[in-house]
Amino acid sequence: MRDPKLYFIDGAAPESPTPTGTPAPWTETRVVGKALPRVDAYERLSGTAVYPSDVILPDMLFAAVLRCPHAHAKVKAVDVSAAAKLPGFRAVITGETKAADLRWYYTRTVFTKLFDPTCRFEGEAVAAVAAETPQQAWDAVRAISVEYEVLPFVVDERKALEPGAPPVQDGGNRVREPQKYQRGDVAKGFAEADKVLEVSYRTAAEFHTPMELHGCVARWDGQRLTVWESTQGVYPVQQRIATVLEMPLANVRVIGSYMGGGFGSKLQADKYNIIAAVLARLTARPVKLFLTREETFLCVGNRPPAEMRLKAGVKRDGTLTALELTVVGTGGAYPAGGTGLVDWLVRDLYTCPNVRTEATDVYINGGPSRPMRAPGHPQGAWALEQMMDALAEAIGMDPVEFRLKNVPTVSQGNEGQPPYTTTGLTKCLTEGAKAFGWSGARRRPKGDGPVKRGVGMAAGLWIAGDGGPPSTVIVKLFPDGSANLNMGASDIGTGTKTVMAMVVAEELGLPLERIQIENADTGTTEYATASGGSKTVPTESPAVRDAALAVRRQLFEIAAEELKVPASELRIEGDAVVSTKDPKTTKKIADLEGLRRRGLLLGVGTRGPNLEGKVIEPFVAQFCEVEVDTRTGQVWLLRFLSANDSGRVMNRLTYENQVIGGITMGIGLAMTEQRVFDRQTGKVVNRNWHDYKIPTAMDVPAEVTSLPMDIPDPEANTTGSKGLGEPVTIPTAAAVANAVYDAVGVRVTESPISPMRLVALLAARGTRG
Amino acid sequence: MRDDRDHGKGGCPHGVSRRGFLTAVGAGAIGAATLGRAQTPGGPSVAGTAETTKIALRINGRIHPLLVEPRWTLLFVLREKLGLTGTKVGCERGECGACTVLIDGTPRYACMTLAMEAEGHEVTTLEGLMDGEVLGPVQQAFLQEDAFQCGYCTPGQIMAAEGLLRGRQEPTLDEIRAGMSGNLCRCGTYAHIFRAVKKASELKKVAGR
Repeated sequence: MRDPKLYFIDGAAPESPTPTGTPAPWTETRVVGKALPRVDAYERLSGTAVYPSDVILPDMLFAAVLRCPHAHAKVKAVDVSAAAKLPGFRAVITGETKAADLRWYYTRTVFTKLFDPTCRFEGEAVAAVAAETPQQAWDAVRAISVEYEVLPFVVDERKALEPGAPPVQDGGNRVREPQKYQRGDVAKGFAEADKVLEVSYRTAAEFHTPMELHGCVARWDGQRLTVWESTQGVYPVQQRIATVLEMPLANVRVIGSYMGGGFGSKLQADKYNIIAAVLARLTARPVKLFLTREETFLCVGNRPPAEMRLKAGVKRDGTLTALELTVVGTGGAYPAGGTGLVDWLVRDLYTCPNVRTEATDVYINGGPSRPMRAPGHPQGAWALEQMMDALAEAIGMDPVEFRLKNVPTVSQGNEGQPPYTTTGLTKCLTEGAKAFGWSGARRRPKGDGPVKRGVGMAAGLWIAGDGGPPSTVIVKLFPDGSANLNMGASDIGTGTKTVMAMVVAEELGLPLERIQIENADTGTTEYATASGGSKTVPTESPAVRDAALAVRRQLFEIAAEELKVPASELRIEGDAVVSTKDPKTTKKIADLEGLRRRGLLLGVGTRGPNLEGKVIEPFVAQFCEVEVDTRTGQVWLLRFLSANDSGRVMNRLTYENQVIGGITMGIGLAMTEQRVFDRQTGKVVNRNWHDYKIPTAMDVPAEVTSLPMDIPDPEANTTGSKGLGEPVTIPTAAAVANAVYDAVGVRVTESPISPMRLVALLAARGTRG
Repeated sequence: MRDDRDHGKGGCPHGVSRRGFLTAVGAGAIGAATLGRAQTPGGPSVAGTAETTKIALRINGRIHPLLVEPRWTLLFVLREKLGLTGTKVGCERGECGACTVLIDGTPRYACMTLAMEAEGHEVTTLEGLMDGEVLGPVQQAFLQEDAFQCGYCTPGQIMAAEGLLRGRQEPTLDEIRAGMSGNLCRCGTYAHIFRAVKKASELKKVAGR
C-alpha cells in the first residue's frame, strides 16, 4: 500500500477570501427574526424530498456488512464459498480482496486496513456483500463463515488502566498522557473557602441514533464516483473518500441535499462509503448500503461516558475560591476525544481564580466515539451544575443568586483571559428566573403525599458557536427578480436553508417563495465545512449576506443608470428599486433593461475572519419543574424554560424548535439513555430503540418555553448571530437532577435518573413516601 | 393506556398491531437480527426465498400488481419496489414509527407488516394525504407549527396523527400523547407536534376531511 495523499486540515487556520465589504449591522430587519415556516417544508412534508436513503437508481444492488460479533478478536479465516452460491449474490469483499486492500484513517497517524484482521470492538467490519435485494445480501452475509480468535477485552473505562487489563491497542490503553489545565493555586483556594465539597459524578455513554440510518448510494461513471450520503457535511466526506480511494477530488461527487438527522454522528465519512464504492466498482452497478438500526449502535459513534470527580470551594458570601475536576473517559477502541471538552465549563462558566483540571482518555473495546451535540459540555454541566446547586445550599444562598454572583466578564478558560463579545448569562439567569416564576416555585410546598414537587435550574455556555471561515456562497439574481442561493452547507434539520433564504430576502427584498436553494452537493455547490458545532448560522449567514450584497451592488449600478440617480441613493422596496430621496423615482427589478440584457447577476460571498482578542460564546440558563413519585422513583417533567443568548434571533419559529429539541435530547441524558455493555462478552446489550430508550411523546413536558434574549452581537459577525443548537442541550440534564433533588432531597450523581436508581437512593435515605 | 384501535373494526386482521408488536415476531426483526450470528457453521438454509408470489396491493386508491417474496415487508415494497419513499425506514423492527402507514384507516408499522398481509386492505401512505400538489390538512398543520426538524420521522408522525384524528376529531393532550407515542422524533420536536395535531384537528374540520 502506498501512502495516499491526505486532505486532513489538522489545525491549520481556516480561511476564505476576504469578503467584498463589511456591512454595518442591521439596525432593523424586515424578514430576519420573524417566525417563518421553513422554505423546504413542502418537500419534507409531502414526501417529495429525496433523502439519500430514498435514492433508487436503475440496476441498483444492495449491500450488507458482516461485522465482528466479538468485543475483541482476530480474524483467522473467512470462507465465502457458501455465500457466493446463493441466489441474488453478486460480489463479496473481505480483507483478502485486492480491491478492498485500503487504508482506513481514524486520525492522520492512526490507521488500519479497511477490513483489518484485528477487530477491536464489536461491530468492526469484516466483510461485505452486494446482492440483488437487501434480503439476499443478508442471506449471503449469514452464509459467510468466519474463524475468529476471541481475545480478552475491556469495556469499562474505569478498569482500562488496571494492571492486567487487556490492551486494546499495542501501546496499552492510555490514549495519551493525562491532559492538564491549571490557573491560580487550588490548594490556596480551598484553604480560603468556608465550605468545600467533593463529589463524584458520572454520565453514561449515549448514542446519537438519528432517524435516518447511516448509509449511502454509490455509483461509478467510468472514473467518476457519485455518492448520495446522509451527512452533515458533503465536503469532509468527499475529502475522505478521495483520500482512501486515491482519487482526484473532482472525481468524487458527494450529494446530501436532504438528510435525516446526525447530531454529530454524520460529520465524517465512514467505512461504509468505501465499501459501497468498492462493491459498485466490482459489480459495475450502483450499490445502496444503509446500515441496520442495530449496526448504528455499534460503529457510527457515541457520546463518551464521563467519570468525574469535582471538588469546589466557596466563601459564605458566594465567592467561588477553587474548582478541581478530574475526568476519565473513553472514545472507544481508537483515538476519538474520549474526554474532549468535559472540563470546559469548569474552566470558563463561572468566575474562579483557582482552577485545575485533569483528563485521562483511555481505550476500551467499544465503538469509536463521534462528537455528539455539544461534546463534553452536558457531561461537565452534569457535574458542575449539580455542584453549584449543592454549594448554594451549603451557604444558604438561592441557586440563581449564587450563579449571578459568579458570572464572568472574561473568558477565563482561554489563554490570556480575553473578554467575550457579548455575555448574556446575567440576562438569561434573571429574565429566565422571572419568566419561570423561580422564587415563587422554590417556596411552594413539596407536597404531603408520596408525590413530591420540585424545581431546578442550571446554566451553561458553549465553547464554539462563533463560526468562522471558510465558507463561500453564491447568490444569483434572475432578470424577473427571483433568486437562487447556492451553498455547500447541509441543513441538518436546524432550518439552515430557511435562515439563509431570509438573509437573502432581507437584502434583496424578494419573498422566500422566489428563492430557490441548491445546497450540500460537492459537484454543484460551494465549499462549506460540515454543519456542526452550532456554527452553521454564524458561519454561513455572513457569507450569504456578503453574496446578497454583492448582487445588490450590481443591481444598484444598473438601476442608477436607468433611474439617473446615484447608486448610493437607492434602496430596495418590495420588488422595486427606489430612490431614497424621492419615492416616485422607482423601477421594478423585473423591468430593469440592464438586468435583462445581462440575464443574471451573480454575487459571490465569503465568510471573513472572527475578531481577534475576543471570545464569542452563546449562553443559556434553563429552569424546570418535576414531580417525583417516591414510591416508584418515577419522575414526571412538568415544564421547562430555556433562556438563551445566541445573539440575534434569525427565525423565531426554528429558534424555538431548536430549544425544544435540545431540551428533549437533554431529557434523554437525564432520564433514560445509557449504553450498556454485557460484562461477560463485552457486547452492547441495548442496541435498539426498545432497550435503549430515547424520549417519546410520553416523556417530555408539553410546556416548553423558549425565552430568547435576542442580543444581536455586532462584533461576532455581520448578522450578529451566535450558535444555538448545542447550548440548548447543555444544562438540561443537570437542571432535571437539581429539580429532583429539590423535590426529594436525593442527589442522583450518576445518569440516567432511572426509577430503579432513584428508588434505591430514596430507600437508602429512608425517605420513601 | 389501552389503545382501542387495535381491537376496533378498522383493525388489520393479519398485520401486527402497533401496540401488540412486542408479542409478535415480525419479519423485519428476523431480517435485522443478524449481528453476531454470522459465524454459524455452514450458514443457515435459505431455501425458497427466491420464490415469488403474485399479489395486488391497493395503495392510495390504486391497484399495484406485484411479484413479491413472502418475506418482503410492506415497507420494502413501498419504498424500493414502488418508489413511494414518503414512507421512511428507521429501524425495521417496530420501534420508531417512521414507516407508519394507514391500513384500512388505522396506523400500522409497514416494517412489521408483510407485503402479502396487506393484500385485500386499503393502504394509505403520506403521498395519499396530498390533494394533488397541495398539502393535506395534517401536513399543513405540521408546516404552520414547525412540527419537524430533519423531517425524517415526519411522514410517520403525520400518518399517526391522521389515524388518530380519523378516530377522534378533537383529541385531548393526553390522547395526542398516547396517539403519537409510537413515533419517535430524535430531533425532539414533540412539543410542536402536539400543537400541530391540535391545529390539524381544526384544519380538518374546516376542510371537511
